[in-house]
Amino acid sequence: MSAAFFYALAGAGLFSIGLHALLAHRHLLRKILAINVMGSGVFLVLAAMATRNGIVIPDPVPHAMIITGIVVAVAATALALVLMLKLTAETGQAVLPGRKKEDNP
Amino acid sequence: MDIPWAVMLIVLPLAAGLMAFVWPRVAQTLALFCSLAIALAVAGLALQLWRHGVFHHALGGWDAPLGIGLYADGLSLVLLTATALVVVGCSVYASAYFTIEEARRFWPIWLFLLAALNALFLSADLFNLYVTLELMGLAAVALTALSGGRDALAGAMRYLLATLSGSLAYLLGVALLYHAFGSVDMATLAGRMTPVPAAWAALGLMSAGLLLKTALFPLHFWLPPAHASAPSPVSAVLSALVIKASFYILLRLWIMLFGSFAGDGVAALLGGMGAAAIVWGSVQALRQTRLKLLVAYSTVAQIGYLFLAFPLAAAAAAWSAAAVLVLSHALAKSAMFLAAGNLLHFGGHDRIADLDRVVQRLPLSAFAFALAGVSLMGLPPSGGFIGKWLLLEAALAQGRWDLAAVILLGGLLAAAYVFKVLGHAFTQAAVTHEPTAVPARMEWAALLLACSAILLGFTATPLLSLLEVGAPFGGSGP
Repeated sequence: MSAAFFYALAGAGLFSIGLHALLAHRHLLRKILAINVMGSGVFLVLAAMATRNGIVIPDPVPHAMIITGIVVAVAATALALVLMLKLTAETGQAVLPGRKKEDNP
Repeated sequence: MDIPWAVMLIVLPLAAGLMAFVWPRVAQTLALFCSLAIALAVAGLALQLWRHGVFHHALGGWDAPLGIGLYADGLSLVLLTATALVVVGCSVYASAYFTIEEARRFWPIWLFLLAALNALFLSADLFNLYVTLELMGLAAVALTALSGGRDALAGAMRYLLATLSGSLAYLLGVALLYHAFGSVDMATLAGRMTPVPAAWAALGLMSAGLLLKTALFPLHFWLPPAHASAPSPVSAVLSALVIKASFYILLRLWIMLFGSFAGDGVAALLGGMGAAAIVWGSVQALRQTRLKLLVAYSTVAQIGYLFLAFPLAAAAAAWSAAAVLVLSHALAKSAMFLAAGNLLHFGGHDRIADLDRVVQRLPLSAFAFALAGVSLMGLPPSGGFIGKWLLLEAALAQGRWDLAAVILLGGLLAAAYVFKVLGHAFTQAAVTHEPTAVPARMEWAALLLACSAILLGFTATPLLSLLEVGAPFGGSGP
C-alpha cells in the first residue's frame, strides 16, 4: 500500500466521520465543525491523489483546487457561524428547532 | 463584430453587485438596469448561437486543461433565458417589496446570485461548476435569512448545512474523476470515460450531492422551510432557478459522462424517485394550510417531472421535455410565489382558509396565480403543457404506462391544490383584517411572469430548435 493510497483512505475516513457527526449531533457548532471535517477529508483525498499512477512529480492542479476549496470553506464557515449566532440570539439555543405543528396539520 | 455576450453575463452582475455594496443609494437603479442588460445579453447570445453554433471562450486566453473555459449550447441558453426572465420580473417586484434598510442588504447579494447562476450555466469544467455551485449556495442562504425571523434563520441554517454537505460530496466525486482520468474538463472527460470503480464511486457521490441540492424526494426535507420562510422575491428565485442549477449539472453529467455506462438500473431509480416526488409533493401541497408552504411543496412535486426523463431517455424528446419543463416551471413558479407574496402582503397572513374576497380586491394577483396554476397543471396552451406532452408521448411510445399514469395523476393533483387556493379566494366573507395596499408593479411583475409561462407554449417550435444548437443531448458537447 503506497503512502498516497493511505492518505486517500484517511481522507475518505475523515469524510465519513464528518458525515456521521453532521447527522448525529444536534448542536449547531458541532454540525459546522462536522462540515469542516468533511471538507478536510475531501482536501486530503485531492492532495493524496495528486501523485497519479507512476508519476513521481505531483500534479499541481489538485493543489490549486484545494486552495480554492479552502477559500470557499472559510467563507461558508463564517456564514454558518453568523447564522448560528443569530439563531441563538433569537431562540436561546444553538439547535435547529423542530418542525412546528402548524406546518403539518 | 463578435461581442462576447457570455462573458458579459458574468462580469456585469459581478461588477454591479460590488458597486451596489459600495453605493447602496444607487443599488436599486443599478440592479434594475443590470437585469435588463442581462436580458439583452441573453438575446444577443441566442442570436450568436443561432448563427454560428456553440460558443466557446477561453478566459484570459488560457484554455483547458489549465485555464477556465466558458461554453454555451442550446441547453445552457434555455437555462440562461429562464434566469434572465425570472430575474427581471423579481427585480421589478423587489424594488417595491423591501424597506430601505432591507434593500441595502438585498441588492448586492441578489446580483452576486445572478452572477453565480450565469457563471454556472456557462461553465465547461467540473471544478468551476463546484465553485459556482458554492457561490450560488452561499448567496441563496444569505438571501433566505434576510428577513431575520426565527423561521427564516432556522430555514436558512438547515438549507446551508444541506447545501454544503451536497457540495462536498460533489467535490469528492470531482477528485476521484480527476485522479482516474486526469482532467476536469467535461469534453475531455467524456472521451476518456471508462467504467472503472472510481467512476462508479464518483457517480454515486456526485449524484447524491446534487440530488440533495435539487431537493428530489426523499432528500427534499430542507426545501419547504427555506422556500416558505424567505422573502417572496427570494422564494421565487430559489424555487425557479437555484434548484434547477444543480439539476442542470446532474443532467450534463449524466448525458456526457455517466449515462454511457450507468445503464437502466440507475435511470430507473432516478425515475422512481421522481415519480414518488410527484405524488408525495402534490399530496403534501394539498394538505398545507399556509399558502407559501403549499407553493413550496408544489415545487417538490414539479421537480419530480424532470427526473422522469431519465428512464425515458431512449426517446430523444425526453431530454427536450425536461428542458422545456425547467423553463416553464421557472416562469410559472416564480409567478406563483410572487402572487402568493402579494396575498401575504395584502392580508398580513398566508392562511389559505382565510383568503376571502381577494379576487375582488387583488384581481391581477389572483389571475396571475391562476395562470401559473394552468402551466403547472400542464393544460394547453401553456409551456407546462408542451413539456408534459413531450414527456407523456415518450412514455407512451416506450410502453411505460406506469410513468404516463404518474404524469397524468400529477396534473390532477396540481389542479386540486391550485383550486383549493382559488376556491377560498372567491368566497364572500366579512373582512376582519386591515388590508395593506399592494404596489402596482408587484402585481404586474407576477402577472407578466405568469403570462410568459403561458406564452411559452406558443414559442415551442423555435424553442425546441434553439435547444438543438450544439446537440446537448446527442452525446457530444463541451
